[in-house]
Amino acid sequence: MRRALALLAALALPAAAQERRSGFEEMSRESQAMQRDDTANPGMLWVLEGEALWNRPDGASGRSCASCHGKAEVSMRGVAARYPAWDEASGAPIDLAGRIRQSRESRQGAPALARESEGLLALAAYVAHQSRGEPIRPPDDARLDSARARGRALYAERRGQLDLSCAQCHDDNAGRRLAGSVIPQGHPTGYPLYRLEWQSLGSLQRRLRGCMTGARAEPYAYGAAEYVEIELYLAQRAAGMAVETPAVRP
Amino acid sequence: MLLAAAFPAVAQEAAPLTAQPGDPARGRAIVADRQRGLCLLCHPAPMPEERFQGNLAPDLAGAGSRWTEGQLRLRLMDSRRLNPDSIMPSYHRSEGLHRVAPAFQGRTVLGAQEIEDVVAYLTTLREEPPR
Ligand code: HEC
Ligand code: HEC
Repeated sequence: MRRALALLAALALPAAAQERRSGFEEMSRESQAMQRDDTANPGMLWVLEGEALWNRPDGASGRSCASCHGKAEVSMRGVAARYPAWDEASGAPIDLAGRIRQSRESRQGAPALARESEGLLALAAYVAHQSRGEPIRPPDDARLDSARARGRALYAERRGQLDLSCAQCHDDNAGRRLAGSVIPQGHPTGYPLYRLEWQSLGSLQRRLRGCMTGARAEPYAYGAAEYVEIELYLAQRAAGMAVETPAVRP
Repeated sequence: MLLAAAFPAVAQEAAPLTAQPGDPARGRAIVADRQRGLCLLCHPAPMPEERFQGNLAPDLAGAGSRWTEGQLRLRLMDSRRLNPDSIMPSYHRSEGLHRVAPAFQGRTVLGAQEIEDVVAYLTTLREEPPR
């Protein structure tokens, strides 16, 4: 039975993978061109700032990220593609921004970078940029299973005064128009990304908060376990799709 | 008749919520308002001047000939009573919701008179959309 199921899953995957579309596909030609061209993509400004922070000594250790990790082009290649991952220290899943914060505080001895601060966005963009083009590969780690299942349940749960779930928009109505916007399938491939509406770079958690407030639901606090759980489920759902960081979105 | 037997819920109606009859002009303004009615986020409607109408729900054109006033009212008040999986929000229900943002807690999306206004507008939409 197990084998039969595994076989079925393997057979089902390619078709499903073909039907999945990044939000990139729903954008205007102009926005697509902006994302493709590094000299026009505003997200690259954060990537450059992140590179500077990567190489700058800071904190009690007097060391930089590069002092321990060397060239990010080598050591960070593919890393973002397998986050969120299991964190031994806290015994819980952690997302990429969470890992960067943790490394800075506990290893570099530098002051904490707040979620959604320019510095953390820049470092996360720089690290994730090293995975651009790499397929998303959720870790095959059974310790993540229960959190991923909770993420899936949160995704299916109706919330807010408008009583909407993520699945109702992104599974049942993707490709249709919600007022002027095409509803994307909701894949996490581009984060952190530059959103024209924000006129700034923003994290996946910021995007999730936006969708929750859109349903007139109370968002969770930045860094909440619920977001990491949803991120785990979204990464699973997008497995095999290419990382785009820094993407551009309307 | 056959339809009503197959989908008994569809035949259900709701009585007016207020003594004052709805005002179709005010109802039209509510439907067009993306912060109040939110209808155009999902529905197209016969309002050529309104750009960016959604297309994930039926065209409101012709709604007044497809449904009675009482059916329209019930649909608007609590669409989930007719179709538990509907994506359409219940406009006159404030219980049984989850994680409602503090600013909206205990409040319905539209008030009773607003519901009457929107119903009055919908009953005027007699012409089916062009195919
Ligand atoms: C009422 C519809 C609706 C609901 C409910 C909703 N979303 Fe969205 N979501 C959208 C739309 C529309 C966009 C694109 C906005 C834009 O680009 O202008 C979007 C964008 C996204 C994106 C970004 C995709 C990209 O290409 O960058 C993600 C991820 C996402 N949503 C996840 C979620 C999750 C998780 C939930 C539930 C907590 C949720 N959404 C609830 C409508 C919705
Ligand atoms: C988030 C999406 C959404 C919003 C917002 C919404 N609706 Fe709907 N509505 C639907 C869907 C989907 C249907 C199709 C039946 C169903 O699934 O319940 C529907 C059905 C209807 C119908 C019956 C259509 C027919 O003729 O078959 C009417 C009338 C209606 N809605 C009116 C409204 C009005 C008026 C508003 C705003 C005050 C509104 N709706 C807001 C999604 C929505």
